[in-house]
Amino acid sequence: MPEAIRAIDCDVHPMVLSMSALAPYLDEFWRDQVVERGITQLDGQSWPVNAPKTIRADWRNAAGRGADTVEALRAQALEPFGADLAILNPLYGVQMVLNADMAVAFTRALNDWTRAEWLDRDPRLRASIVLPLQDIGAAVDEIERLAPDRRFVQALVLAMGDAPLGKRQFWPVYEACVRHGLPLGVHAGSAYRHPQTSVGWTSWYLEEYVANQQAFQSQLASLITEGALGKFPEMKVVLLESGVTWLPAFLWRLGKTWKGVRFEVPWVDRPPAELVRDQVRLTVQPFDAPEDDPGAVERILDHLRSEDMLLWASDWPHWQFDGDAAVPPGFPASLLSKLLRDNALATYSRLRGEEGSP
Amino acid sequence: MNVIQSPSQLVHPGKPAAATLGLVDVDIHPRAHGMADYKPWLSERWWSYAQEYGARARHGFTGGQPPFPKAQPLACRRDAWPPGGGTPASDLNFLRGHHLDAHGIDIGVLNPLQPSGQGDRNNGFSAAMAHAVNEWQLETWLRPEPRLRGSVVVPYEDAAASAAEIRKRAGDPNFCQVLMMSRTAEPAGNPRYWPIYEAAAEAGLPVAFHAFGYSGWAMTNTGWPSFYIEEVSEHATSCQNQVTSLVVEGVFERLPALKVVLIECGFAWLPSVAWRLDRHWRHLKAEVPHLRRAPSEVIREHIWVSTQPMEEPEVGRHLKDVMGWIGWDRILFATDYPHWDFDDPRAALPATLPEETRRDIYGGNARRVYGL
Repeated sequence: MPEAIRAIDCDVHPMVLSMSALAPYLDEFWRDQVVERGITQLDGQSWPVNAPKTIRADWRNAAGRGADTVEALRAQALEPFGADLAILNPLYGVQMVLNADMAVAFTRALNDWTRAEWLDRDPRLRASIVLPLQDIGAAVDEIERLAPDRRFVQALVLAMGDAPLGKRQFWPVYEACVRHGLPLGVHAGSAYRHPQTSVGWTSWYLEEYVANQQAFQSQLASLITEGALGKFPEMKVVLLESGVTWLPAFLWRLGKTWKGVRFEVPWVDRPPAELVRDQVRLTVQPFDAPEDDPGAVERILDHLRSEDMLLWASDWPHWQFDGDAAVPPGFPASLLSKLLRDNALATYSRLRGEEGSP
Repeated sequence: MNVIQSPSQLVHPGKPAAATLGLVDVDIHPRAHGMADYKPWLSERWWSYAQEYGARARHGFTGGQPPFPKAQPLACRRDAWPPGGGTPASDLNFLRGHHLDAHGIDIGVLNPLQPSGQGDRNNGFSAAMAHAVNEWQLETWLRPEPRLRGSVVVPYEDAAASAAEIRKRAGDPNFCQVLMMSRTAEPAGNPRYWPIYEAAAEAGLPVAFHAFGYSGWAMTNTGWPSFYIEEVSEHATSCQNQVTSLVVEGVFERLPALKVVLIECGFAWLPSVAWRLDRHWRHLKAEVPHLRRAPSEVIREHIWVSTQPMEEPEVGRHLKDVMGWIGWDRILFATDYPHWDFDDPRAALPATLPEETRRDIYGGNARRVYGL
């Protein structure tokens, strides 16, 4: 990491140890339900706690857990990587909850936990508002409830949900995002409303992790073709932990098909690649490129046709790299200032120029 | 993208000059006029079942109506409807003149689509149909026209019946591959499908996955999309899932002779899938000890792709980067006749590709993978 650049880490994951950690943030009814019904944790299969990908081995504590304190975040990510801002994206499995009332209660508690246990403990931290999409009205209410706290800089959903994100039912959420200057963050992971592939349930976690790459393509196709990006041109969509390198081929295919059948979606009046370059951003851990071929990385970056789309993230505590090699190999030095800082400032309006900002 | 040729083009055979090893089209879709074409090879019981219930794909519509209506009737070129009546590519003589002769096709590989019974909810019906479609290919297309090769249509949701159908066709030079659709009810590497791959490897036939079919699951892993344009995009994602599954389940470790051909799936996405698999396999190796080699090596060795529809970058040379990453010897030429997004062999490949590369894509690579 170049020391001269004050990096912004766009994707770190505080982990909730168990439901008892959220209990103080639940009202009496739900606190009682959690106890009476034996709801001990919401960990999901997208991030099996003991799997090597979920927490890097040298970032685990003696109990085998990790990412559970601000001190750990400081020591393992903020300080070694020289970040002066980091965006918290909690991945606790509230999206999997099927009872919408329960989901709203748990999601509100999760957001309040993030605020009290993390944001209040280090001025460098910012966070995403986790959305309970089980109830669109409640998701909008959650944005309205938390947006006045400008340390919340983004709204967060998962790459695999109930329905593709471009669908009109989600548009009130995007109106709220635009109203408050919040990008829509879409993070790898599933709410398990559908199998991890369009051809059914996978056998192995490796397959399941890879399948996030397909989810991001489907979500972008939906956001573009339903007209959501066109309808909300001020809205930025940030794809978190997507792997990135799938994007050019996806756009080449969608762009070609759009030329052939655009009569079906006449409101898409610009080539998909242009919409994406204007409104979509992607974090670069992981960056799925060959690790021994810097020439390939250079060509992939050329295929993106934009220096403004990529945002640096450590993805702490997920295991994407070893040691301090937090910038993917092969990125030219001339791009680092944009990658590490400028692009994030351009994407997240709340990181720019207001109180508490750099 | 809809192609309508002028009569003058039809008079002059349009084989590209670079096709010096022959022009092999690995994706032609012959079409039955209707179920009655298959009647000679269906038992009375299944013929009567077909009349009363018909094909029942893993979606709700009947009568061949797809959940996402096509961009035009039967997704076919407007000029591919035979003047004498019938549906596009239902008439051998018209197909000869309109496609094989007009484009100088030396070998054309038939991939029969619906109504073929593939992916039907009823395994017995699917198996009966596969047998009938294969006999129909032989009788109607392959024996009368030496330029054509058939695909062994298999009822892939019933692996044992599929293996039996493959063994029945093994050694018949009229067939050059086994045909599956890209949307299976479970990921294609799942052990339930292994008997198909074992029989194909034993028969020396590549297994082709042609984009299409209905898995019974939502067409994305985040639910049902709305539009045909999305469905077209999702063919790529379903094929990405299939490549991932075949590799991660260890199908190629188990069957080193197996070759897989992806037809009409696009191909520009393949390098990124391989890189992603390599990168995360490195961290998750302990979960999949049966994978002894890097996924990208396995893909490079066992998987072929076909051209139509080729992704279309804004900057032409980017496509060459991707083709190079996949491997110039792994790319096969396809037209997708008679569908609306047909690729004309004369215009399909970038002229900036070296002549010997175009030669191999037009014919040499297909000759090698199919042993033609």
